[in-house]
Parts: sequence; C-alpha cells; structure tokens
Amino acid sequence: MELKEKLVSSFMAFENTVDVDSPVHDIRIDAMKTFEAEGFPHKKLEAWKYTSLKSILKNDFSVFPKENEALEYKDIKKYFIHDIDAYKIIFVDGKYSSHLSATTHDGIDVCLMSSALTKPKYKLIIDNYFNKIATKDGLSSLNTAFSAEGAYIHIPKNRVVEKPIQIIHFSTGNEAALMLQPRNLVVVDENSHVQIIERHQSLTENPVLTNSVTEIFVNKRAIVDYYKIQNDKQSASLIDNTFVNQKQESLAKVHTFSFGGKLTRNNLNFYQNGERIDSTMKGITIIGDKQHVDHNTLVHHIEPNCESHQDYKGIYDANSTGVFNGKVVVEKEAQKTNAFQANNNILVSDKATINTKPQLEIFADDVRCTHGCTIGQLDESAMFYLRSRGIPEKEARGLLMFAFSNNVLDSVKIPEIKSRITKLIAQKLGVNIGFDL
Amino acid sequence: MLKINNLHASVEDKPILRGINLDVKPGEVHAIMGPNGSGKSTLASVIAGKEEYEVEDGEIILNGEDLEELSAEERAHRGIFLSFQYPVEIPGVSVTNFMKTAINETRKAKGLEDMPANEMLKLIREKSELLEIDRKFLSRSLNEGFSGGEKKRNEIFQMAMLEPKLAILDETDSGLDIDALRIVANGVNKLKSKDNAVVVITHYQRLLDHIVPDYVHVLYNGRIVKSGTAALAHELEAKGYDWIKEEVNA
Repeated sequence: MELKEKLVSSFMAFENTVDVDSPVHDIRIDAMKTFEAEGFPHKKLEAWKYTSLKSILKNDFSVFPKENEALEYKDIKKYFIHDIDAYKIIFVDGKYSSHLSATTHDGIDVCLMSSALTKPKYKLIIDNYFNKIATKDGLSSLNTAFSAEGAYIHIPKNRVVEKPIQIIHFSTGNEAALMLQPRNLVVVDENSHVQIIERHQSLTENPVLTNSVTEIFVNKRAIVDYYKIQNDKQSASLIDNTFVNQKQESLAKVHTFSFGGKLTRNNLNFYQNGERIDSTMKGITIIGDKQHVDHNTLVHHIEPNCESHQDYKGIYDANSTGVFNGKVVVEKEAQKTNAFQANNNILVSDKATINTKPQLEIFADDVRCTHGCTIGQLDESAMFYLRSRGIPEKEARGLLMFAFSNNVLDSVKIPEIKSRITKLIAQKLGVNIGFDL
Repeated sequence: MLKINNLHASVEDKPILRGINLDVKPGEVHAIMGPNGSGKSTLASVIAGKEEYEVEDGEIILNGEDLEELSAEERAHRGIFLSFQYPVEIPGVSVTNFMKTAINETRKAKGLEDMPANEMLKLIREKSELLEIDRKFLSRSLNEGFSGGEKKRNEIFQMAMLEPKLAILDETDSGLDIDALRIVANGVNKLKSKDNAVVVITHYQRLLDHIVPDYVHVLYNGRIVKSGTAALAHELEAKGYDWIKEEVNA
C-alpha cells in the first residue's frame, strides 16, 4: 500500500485513540480531507522543483509506533546542550518521555501538546492559537490531522524565561521505518522572552521521516530566540514546517544549523502583523555525501516600519545538493519596510549543487529591499596566503570555511550553543581549528 | 642558505622567469630591484611555492634541499616566509587566532606539542611591541579593513612571530608612510641575525636606506642582468632603469 493510502486508512484508527469531543476534532477531520486532496508534494510544484520526496516515501513507514524501550540519559546526553540548566521536553518514538524531561507549570507552561489538547484549562489558548497560522498544504495538513503530541509552551506576559527550553525528538529504531508527526505550539505573551532549542535525532540506521509543524506566536514586544540543530543520521529525513506570527514591536530569530540527515526541508514562514517588527532568519548548512538541504523561507511584510534579515551560508561537499528559496512579500500598506536577504554558498566539490532563488514581491513604493546570492569556490589567493604561513591545505580550507560561516554565529546569544555549533562545524569540516570563534 | 640555479618559470604558458641564478648566504641581505613586470613578484611567489606558477627548468635549493616537490606549507615549515605585496583579507579570523594556528601547525609539522598558551601570549606581546602594534589590532579580522601601512606592519609582525630562516619581503615599502616605513624596517633589522637571511624586493631605493643590503640585483625580463653592492641601488635611484634596459638590449 502506498504511504498516502496507509495514512488515510490509519486516520480512523487514530481518531479512535484521541478524544472525539476535543475542540480540534473538526480541525483534524478537515485537515485529513485536505491531505487526501493534496497528497504529498511533487516536483511539478514550483516550491518543490528541486526537492523530491519520492524515494523517501517508498519506505513502509509505521504510522503508530509500538511502545518503545526506555532510553538512558547517559547514552543520549551528547544530543543535549547538557552544560546549561534547561527545561526539557523529550520524546522517544513520538511518545513523551517523562524521565528524560523537565517540564514546568510554575508561572509558565512548558509541557505537552497531548495535555493542552485535552485539558480544559488550556482550551482558550488552543481555541485562539492552534492551527491558526499553519498553511493548508498537504504536509502541514497531514501533521494537523495526526496532531496529538509535541511541545506546548505558553509564556504569560512580562516573563523573562531565564532557562532555555530544549525539545528533542528521539527515534530508537524500534520500528523498521517510522514516520513521526510532532506538533508544537509556542505562545509568548506581551513583553516576555523565551529561548528554545529543537532537535530531531535518530539513534539507528532505520529510516525515519519526521513531518513536524511548529506554530509560534510572538505577541506585542515579546522576544523569541529559536535554534534548530539538524545533524541527524544519514537515514533520517525531516520536513520542518515552522510558522511565526509576530505582533507589534516583537523580535523573533530563528537559527537553523543543518549539518546532516538524508533530506531536510525547512519551510520557515514569518508573518508580520503589527508595526516595528523585527524578524531574523539565519542558517549555516554544511553537508556532504548525498545529503540534501532545502531552505524555503517566507517573510510576509504586512504592516509599515518593519524589518527582516535573512542570512544563509552553505558549504556543500561531495554529491550533496542544496536549495535556497527565499520569498519576501511586501504588501502595499507595508511602507518603510527594510528587508535584507543574503545567501552565500561554497561548492567544495564539483559534483555538489546549489539552487538559490530569491523571490521578491513588492507592492509598496517606499521600501528598502536588498538581496544577494553568491556561489563560489574557496579563494585560491587566500589559500596560498594561509599555506605560506605553514597552515596545511586541509586546515587552511577548514579555516576559510569556518571564517565564511562565522558571522552567522554572532547573533547566537547562548554561549553553550555557540561553542557546540562551533565544534560541530569543526567536526563537519574535519579539522581541528585549535581555537574557539 | 638559498641557492637558485637557472630557474625558469611560467604562468599559463607565458614564460616569466628565464634563467635566474642567486646565492644567498646566512646573515646576508639581498635586494632585488627592477622595473615593473620584470618578474620580481613572480620570483617571490615561486620560492614560496605558489601552485599557479610552473617551474619549467632549474632548481631552488634551501639548505641543501630541493624545494621542487614541497608545498607552500612545507616550505614555510622549513623556514621560508613571504611578506605579501597585497596581503589577503580574511574576515572572521582574528590576527591572534591566525598566528596561533600558523605557529602550532608549524610546530606540529616538526613533531612538537602546541605552544603553551602563556608562552604564546608572551610572544605575541613581545613581537607586537617590536612593531608598535596596538593590542586591539590583534583581535581584528586578519587584514580586513586594514590600511596599507597596517597590512605591511602585520606582515612583519607575522615574520617576527614565525622567525623564518629566509624572509622575502615583496614590495613591503609600497603604501607605507615614512613612520610606518621606519617601524617596519626597524622590525626587520632587529630580526636579522647571522643565521637568517632577507631578500628585499623593491622598485625603489628608499626602503634600502633603512634595511641596508649586502648585494643588489637588477631583474629585467626574467633575468638578473646586473649585480652589485648598495651603491647600485643609489645609482638606480638617480638614473632610473632605462640605462639598464639599454645595456641589456644593446
């Protein structure tokens, strides 16, 4: 049976396991109808021209994982940013793991989507925010139809959450092939600040496909710093659908570090519903083998006096392929918009490819929009300069690639994340740089 | 120390060096002068091991070892240093981190441990004082936004840090005001010893007022057409290069 049919027929069984009186029951039914009509995206769609899910969808994915074996923290510690005090929402094969997690209800809610969807005290937030900004495309709808578990974060107004929140989804290989549909909701009320780290990690070589949806609401003057660490196994694929809705004077930053995985597709969408909003999207992609990373971004400038900054760096080795498709829409009312977009790439191997495409749709007449993309090799004169100082070719190459991607880390506010990413980059480039950036 | 015999080199099949002979002994300072396009910078790059240049014939011997098969970094490890005419800007790598990497990679090549951090700091302090370099300067990205003078001073700072056996200064005087020229020349003079050697490549004589050469060679059309003492540099300054060209073409 094809995966689509399998999902459609599994939906009834899934519905029986969840509360049919839940406010999201109708939303799920509608979403399933959309998925049935739309199906999975294919290469004929403009937005999927360079990314094919075809070979991945051939796997016979389990849609409902069995009960998993418990993981020991010491065995998976390395996937945490473990040197900081953090809240933790940890899932194993799609199921919440209480012994690995550290949640809270102390003034803020850092807990589970499964609770939020069923308990009356969360009903108001769910009614107001759940599935309000996720698009109605096939993949997001599929996730909505099966939405049952994930992270639920609600920060009431005037709270600076000191500890970052780590969300990690592990898959154990308990199933021959597993498909996951995590659903996260983050609501940050007026004048509050939160930092979130998200990671998807497979622990074996069994194929995993994660189709994740995260809705983030950044209310008036709130600040959200979101870090996505994508360094998964060669057998794991991720479709990350993230939607950020911002209100006036809010600040939202999403950093995406893509260092591994078979196929990674980031659909990252920002909607600016208010004035003087600042949206930042930054990314470092370093891949090799036959890995594929696709950044598909959207910033929708709806109101005046807002800014957006996009800075994506990519280093592609071996037969890897990359895509950057950055769309900026500036509505007629969005005067004085300042939109900046840059995508710079280095192709280390002559078999690697990158398709980069800025897309600007500007309907206002008093705006500043800049965009630029470059694709190049390493500067040979810089290589000679470094080597003439005794730095061997491999290290010189590493140093230059380090330097190339370095400025993306400037805006990373948590030093432990910065040093972790620095180490991952060094590891990825196969060099011992001998100093921290 | 350095012996160049009948060196022929080309870039993209265009011959640039057409039979260079040069013998530099420890403790000596050699100046190589010549009109633009005579091959001075090419000679410097070929000695340092730039891969774009094809050595067609001849040999470069450093302390008895033929350099032909050695990469740029291996030549650096054996004590060759090139001060670039146009130092490359490397955003994202600070001067300090760059020097740490260069020194420790060179030590690694010699089978030595990394230099201890306190020793490294001491060395950096000492050498930056020698070149009157401000400490803040060291945390800036390598050559990025440096003035012409700062770039050249930074080159000689690197030379001071790496303590090469053979230093080649390629047009180090270009873009330097008189104060920077004095600082750079003073730095080079303090680094000079009976065990190392300096090759100064320059178009003009003014650097040679400060770094006094033992020998002066005139490079023209890829060959050394005249050699002499420091007096030759003064003669070139007074008379220009035309009389050399005429002599050669006669």
